[in-house]
Amino acid sequence: METAPKHREKKPRVSMPEQEPDQRAGNFQEVPLGYTAEMAVEEASRCLQCKKEPCVSGCPVGVDIPGFVRCIRSGEFGPAIQKIWATNSLPAVCGRVCPQEIQCEGRCVLGKKGEPLAIGHLERFAADFARDACISCDAAPVRSTGKKVAVVGSGPAGLTVAGDLIAKGHQVTVFEALHKTGGVLAYGIPEFRLPKDIVAHEVAQLERMGVRFECNMVIGVTLTLDELFEEGYDAVFLGVGAGLPRFMDIPGETLIGVMSANEYLSRANLMKAYRFPEYDTPIPRGRNVAVIGGGNVATDAARSALRLGADRVSIVYRRSRQEMPARAEEIRHAEEEGVELHLLTNPVRFLGDDDGRLVGMECLKMTLGEPDSSGRRRPVPEEGSEFVIECDLVVVAVGSGANPLLTRSTGDLKLNRWGYIEADPETGKTNLEGVWAGGDIVTGSATVILAMGAGRKAADSIQKYLTEKG
Amino acid sequence: MFKIIKRQEMAGGTIILNEIAAPRIARKARPGQFVILKANETGERIPLTMADFNPRQGTITVIYAVVGRSTSLFSQLQEGDSYQDVVGPLGRPTRLERMGTVVCIGGGTGVAVLYPIARGLKLLGNRVISIIGAREKELLILEDEMRAISDDLLVCTDGGSYGQQGLVTDLLAQVLQEERPDLVVAIGPVPMMRAVSEMTRPCNIKTLVSLNPIMIDGTGMCGGCRVSVGGEIRFACVDGPEFDGHQVDFDELMQRLQAYRAEERQSLECESQSLEIHRCKMEPQIVSAAR
Ligand SMILES: Cc1cc2nc3c(=O)[nH]c(=O)nc-3n(C[C@H](O)[C@H](O)[C@H](O)COP(=O)(O)OP(=O)(O)OC[C@H]3O[C@@H](n4cnc5c(N)ncnc54)[C@H](O)[C@@H]3O)c2cc1C
Ligand code: FES
Repeated sequence: METAPKHREKKPRVSMPEQEPDQRAGNFQEVPLGYTAEMAVEEASRCLQCKKEPCVSGCPVGVDIPGFVRCIRSGEFGPAIQKIWATNSLPAVCGRVCPQEIQCEGRCVLGKKGEPLAIGHLERFAADFARDACISCDAAPVRSTGKKVAVVGSGPAGLTVAGDLIAKGHQVTVFEALHKTGGVLAYGIPEFRLPKDIVAHEVAQLERMGVRFECNMVIGVTLTLDELFEEGYDAVFLGVGAGLPRFMDIPGETLIGVMSANEYLSRANLMKAYRFPEYDTPIPRGRNVAVIGGGNVATDAARSALRLGADRVSIVYRRSRQEMPARAEEIRHAEEEGVELHLLTNPVRFLGDDDGRLVGMECLKMTLGEPDSSGRRRPVPEEGSEFVIECDLVVVAVGSGANPLLTRSTGDLKLNRWGYIEADPETGKTNLEGVWAGGDIVTGSATVILAMGAGRKAADSIQKYLTEKG
Repeated sequence: MFKIIKRQEMAGGTIILNEIAAPRIARKARPGQFVILKANETGERIPLTMADFNPRQGTITVIYAVVGRSTSLFSQLQEGDSYQDVVGPLGRPTRLERMGTVVCIGGGTGVAVLYPIARGLKLLGNRVISIIGAREKELLILEDEMRAISDDLLVCTDGGSYGQQGLVTDLLAQVLQEERPDLVVAIGPVPMMRAVSEMTRPCNIKTLVSLNPIMIDGTGMCGGCRVSVGGEIRFACVDGPEFDGHQVDFDELMQRLQAYRAEERQSLECESQSLEIHRCKMEPQIVSAAR
């Protein structure tokens, strides 16, 4: 075991080249351009290879971080990716969208005095290297078990379950309601942050391994859960996400120009409306855009609006900057590109003209009071602080809830009081025999990696169940 | 891929019928439900309420008027061609009950949506009085089909080129003078549905309308299909598409349907331009072939 010499920690973190803000705000191409091999080796060489591996304990799926970083450091990029694949089947995605600052990088010892190791960048580098070099996961081929597994929803949770169980020799079919696979990775997260051909590549890998994908299948509608069992499936995993947009419940919400982030981003990403009229789906090109919310969804919508040609884009958030749940990099990118932040501001009603089109949004100033149940300080309105933000497009990105379409048709499936599916946190088991669930439909909107972690646990439990069932 | 088994032009080619192979949808479809179709990779997702379905043959039928870019793209698909994507059956089915006397009113292509509902009501033993109308005779669809399942069929055209002259509401007024129906179902253009609802409101006759707001996913995920019903916001794709006509905010619906008017124009211009370019490219070839 090599120990890293002390002076290493002084080296600064290798920053990843990016498109310049004024250039990128006008296109939908990816913003961070990726490390070169030299950059990756240099950054990897900053790793202290701590025995205690605090970074690994910060990773929801426990990627062998020191192991793959060591490989990169010695220029062995192929083995590096195999090490990651052992626990994470979507590293090209995770390297780009995980909130590393509160996970692995947040625990990195280097971060105590300087900047933490750029673990996310290195993960992305290894994954991109593998894709360019056409390296695929070298799992040993297995004999078919003759067991059939249905995965409902093709988001990160579903894709993880599919990958894990196909590798065990089961026959796996993924049913997706939309016409495209990938879940939020396809319809929510924009091209400039997660290029869609990366998602397509991951799905194609699974197809090559034998996973079948059936799109346009709304389970609970086109086919019910019971019918899946009638069709001979031995186990079903529900990874349907949290696809129910929340609105503000304030006057004027049905004006033209007020829409959910789900709608705005689906138009842009899923339907490729940013390429209208080459693609047929239109998207409102607001000149003055306000996005309500403080998470990744809000920054994604705001940055999309800039790219769609808005003159002014602001994010309106009712708490302060510290409480913004978005990844730090997203907030930085948004500000660099010219998105304004209206913090401690809460909309109270939308204003429209005679044609029912949005012209503005009345807001209240807020101050922070006592911490609430989420541990964050509760925003309290300041009396008499009303003011109007002029805008012709508002995107509401204040979170999402549980979509009842599937659960409504499955009466005896146990839900919690918010409508999310109750599943054992260790196994993903629901109250129904042969039915597992995981990802946002269990936890509420969370992260890609947590959805994948839940998928992994459920896959292990399904594997055990199918083996015992014999 | 979802293959077109049968294609039929109606109303002089301005209305098209497609019977599409979609066995899984056909097995589940109920009157009042809709599907979302996407013709090809670059196409829009367009909701159409089913005009019929045949579980045994595994087909569904949609009937649409060629009005915009997407429907004109659909209209180019011939028998044997396929839609890239069809998903459904979406929305809540009509609650068909035996109620007594029912008046079923269809305007324009709304008649197509009305047909399976009226048929369902008839099969349950209701007395079905149907009123169908169109701008002119050529645009009238499914007259024979509607007659076959109605106890009484009244027809009108705006100009009087066929049936009675006037609007469906004129005929409804006549019917209401003699009858007190237990239910009115009105499906067609928004102004028509609004007018019918206004007419039945004073006599408190339950009136169902089928709404057609702009949609994307059709599963309750985007909220684009929001409509105000009884002062509350509902998602037409999962809570509807049928609602109590006396509760619907039709003005708002009409406005929201105009949301992309400018873009639609741009898109149509772009299409006619590309057609012209296409023609320009074609012509020299034709000329040289003629030589
Ligand atoms: C705009 C946006 C940006 C985000 N950014 C980040 C980020 O930077 N980092 C991060 O870690 N997380 C981010 N998230 C959160 C993350 O994407 C989700 O937590 C994650 O995708 C959840 O995965 P899932 O597999 O549970 O569900 P989803 O990804 O939501 O996938 C569920 C799939 O199931 C399908 N489905 C639903 N109902 C049915 C049905 N009845 N039958 C068949 N299929 C069905 C849906 O169409 C969908 O494709 C973001 C989310 C959004 C919306
Ligand atoms: S169409 Fe998206 S919620 Fe109804």
